[in-house]
Amino acid sequence: MSAKSSKNKLASNLAGIKSPNPFWLASAPPTNSGYQIMKAFDAGWGGAVWKTMGVPVVNTSSRYGAVSYKGNRMSGFNNIELISDRTLADNLREIEEVKKYFPDNAVVGSLMVQSKEEWHQIIKDVENAGVDGIELNFGCPHGMCERGMGSAVGQDPEVLALITSWVMEVAKVPVIVKLSPNVSHIQDPAIAAKKGGANAVSLINTIQSIIGVDIDNFVPYPTVDGKSTNGGYCGPAVKPIALNMVKNVAKIPDYNLPISGIGGIENWRDAVEFILMGATNVQVCTAVMHYGFGIIREMVSGLEQYMSDKGFNSIDEMVGKALPNVQKWENLNLKYKIIAEIEESKCIGCQLCYIACEDGAHQAIKLSENGESRIPKIIEENCVGCNLCSLVCPVESCISMVRKDNGKEELTWTERTERGDIPTTFNDKMAGGLGHFVPEPKKAIEYRLSSKK
Amino acid sequence: MAEFKRPTNEQEFENNFSPIKVLMNKSEAILESSKCLFCYDAPCTKACPTHIDIPLFIRQINSGNMTGSAMTIYASNYMGNLCGKVCPVEVLCEGSCVYVNQGVKAVEIGRLQNYATHKVLSEKIHIFSEGEKVNKKVAIIGGGPAGLSCASELRKAGIEVDIYEGRKMAAGLALHGIAPYKIANEDVLEELNYLQEQFHFNIIYNSFIKTKADVAKLEKEYDAVFLGIGNSSTSALNIPGEDKKEVYGAVEIIEELRMKKSNLVYGNKVIVFGGGNTAMDAASESARMGAETVLLAYRRSKENMGAYEFEYDLAKSAGVKAYFNVAPVEILGDEKVTGVKFIKTEIKDGKLKTIAGSEFTEKCDMVIKATGQSRHFELFDNISKLEVDDLGRIIVDENFRTMNPKYFAGGDAVNGGKEVVNSVAEGKFAASSIIKQLTKI
Repeated sequence: MSAKSSKNKLASNLAGIKSPNPFWLASAPPTNSGYQIMKAFDAGWGGAVWKTMGVPVVNTSSRYGAVSYKGNRMSGFNNIELISDRTLADNLREIEEVKKYFPDNAVVGSLMVQSKEEWHQIIKDVENAGVDGIELNFGCPHGMCERGMGSAVGQDPEVLALITSWVMEVAKVPVIVKLSPNVSHIQDPAIAAKKGGANAVSLINTIQSIIGVDIDNFVPYPTVDGKSTNGGYCGPAVKPIALNMVKNVAKIPDYNLPISGIGGIENWRDAVEFILMGATNVQVCTAVMHYGFGIIREMVSGLEQYMSDKGFNSIDEMVGKALPNVQKWENLNLKYKIIAEIEESKCIGCQLCYIACEDGAHQAIKLSENGESRIPKIIEENCVGCNLCSLVCPVESCISMVRKDNGKEELTWTERTERGDIPTTFNDKMAGGLGHFVPEPKKAIEYRLSSKK
Repeated sequence: MAEFKRPTNEQEFENNFSPIKVLMNKSEAILESSKCLFCYDAPCTKACPTHIDIPLFIRQINSGNMTGSAMTIYASNYMGNLCGKVCPVEVLCEGSCVYVNQGVKAVEIGRLQNYATHKVLSEKIHIFSEGEKVNKKVAIIGGGPAGLSCASELRKAGIEVDIYEGRKMAAGLALHGIAPYKIANEDVLEELNYLQEQFHFNIIYNSFIKTKADVAKLEKEYDAVFLGIGNSSTSALNIPGEDKKEVYGAVEIIEELRMKKSNLVYGNKVIVFGGGNTAMDAASESARMGAETVLLAYRRSKENMGAYEFEYDLAKSAGVKAYFNVAPVEILGDEKVTGVKFIKTEIKDGKLKTIAGSEFTEKCDMVIKATGQSRHFELFDNISKLEVDDLGRIIVDENFRTMNPKYFAGGDAVNGGKEVVNSVAEGKFAASSIIKQLTKI
């Protein structure tokens, strides 16, 4: 296979499910058939979670919608498609065939049924077909949840634990519980999955969404004969939400279940971020729906390069490596002080930093007084080190945030609280913003007041 | 071998003069408009003589508010489509795009502007309304960009407007003097009609205002007069042989070319005198008319040329060759032009001098003089108190009012011959002053 040369280094093992690399296809349209999955494995994908098999469904025509942000298509993606609408027999036959050609790649069966009997039966069926693992779809937020499945399960920890325990009664291969993000506290279903005996969890499933509205015809997208329904949101736009939820699960004390990270992953860098936040492997869908299976080439080569640059010899060494640095807010060092610095030779004079700070932040950037130069200047005493200017600046490394404290002192909110050194009343003199310069409100319309005279 | 074949019919002419700025499609417009950074106090807006709020109209394209986008453009510039096509954007809006400062290609503002105006123009979506009638009348002499811009602004304030146009068609140099590959006749007229059907200004064609009697009549009938008269015909060089039939002024031959197209009889070996943008146009157009050789002859060095670099590049890309530091001494030939006798020049003590004994001859069968235009001096003389400067440009104050308070002026007649966009800006600005004067606001 294409990943042969690096097989050892990229080798992945999620709760006993082995694959030549940590890149799996998520249960979704790209894993609808044996044809697609064989093509994907041939292209270099490590594993695939078969599109959810289970109760029979029919699908609508018009199923997907997308956010196109300033010409960038599929920045966010949503679907109202249901689980596999193919027969179970076809799926099982194809699983068997795929495993025959690709014994080293992971094939995981995603399942969704209702009764205990149905669960027991379908688990036996997919195991007989040769799956390396099972994923329980407790996440689908549209169409299936109304029938008491998918996210309806994912949102009720007790039901989730119960169904998982039914599954564990018979399952011989590792079982992954796929979690729904449509909950207030992701830890609750994650703990329930463990309680039910699951071997791993995967997250996030899609987020319930309205992708957009047809403002001429007064109906959301995607439109089915003049009507629509909420769908599930995924793609690059959901990555930050997914990363946070993966972190939240990984941070559960003594959790110890491996995590399969999902949500907006489309290149090696995204994958590394999920792994550093505690994921053992990753699953990809939208990026493949956008660009095809070929993107795996960039993902594998990027991950290999990163690992060799950083001296990692296995994926396991990387898993959760950034987690110790994710702290509660009250444990952050309040003595740390950075301020913005503009490298004038790189500045192109768009003045976006100025107006962003002026209108959207802390009025800590000024323009040249005589108007001769378009290069803005930082008002150091006003700069709170928020980063906004460096984020809006369109030039690479033109604005950098420079450390200004001595680097020796550390004082957190927790420590200040212990010392009794925190502002407590509404007009407390210790309030953080008190020393900060804010112009008088009337200044905002000064030009108008003066032109009236 | 010439770059272009001589056009023998309308289609071949259109091919040789195909537009260099093609209308964007929606995909390109979305991609290109996404590139705009929405700069604060945007340099492109400042660089535009009409100060179009460029980041706003681009953002409106991006969010799909096409009519709003066109309204933003037209609020500042009544000839938004024309300017999008013919403006030297490389030295104005696009030249000041901050992307250029980091070596990234500027946002294609000109083409986006055409994309924005295309919808309202082609679908005739009306966005203007005439002002309430104020019982004031203004005469505009000259229906070019300055006059049309002035007329539109005056109509918006409810002032009645009659435009006196010397030719049988209006739009001035926009229609008669611009290279056809920059904008097609029908595009110019479409915008003119678009303005006229909303503002209803009168255009009185074939009425060249010149005599004392003309002037007296206007002064009697109108509350104010705007001079948007541009420049006159090509100035004489005063060299022997200049009166031959095959010797043309640049503005005259370009006008003929725009009207007659492939029916215009054209030379095979063309020499163009001059180093300005009009010279580049004349040279480019000669090449596109299928001339075997086109030689540009300029009396100073390449660095001293008034033409923009991209205009020179455009001429070169059409196959034009150039001689620098040469001055024409005589146009040769008995009945017909057979060549030009040149003399080499140099700069000595800061002055342009000819080099004795350096004469040489170049063969040709057609000569185009792009060495500047004369002014409408006869009209100037007939307007009392009107003053012009040493170069024959009408003197105006900061409100574009001439020394005769009844007369305002703008465009080439005032600035000597700048861009279309300057004329549009000045026409509008003069209109604001006229409105103030007549309505005492």
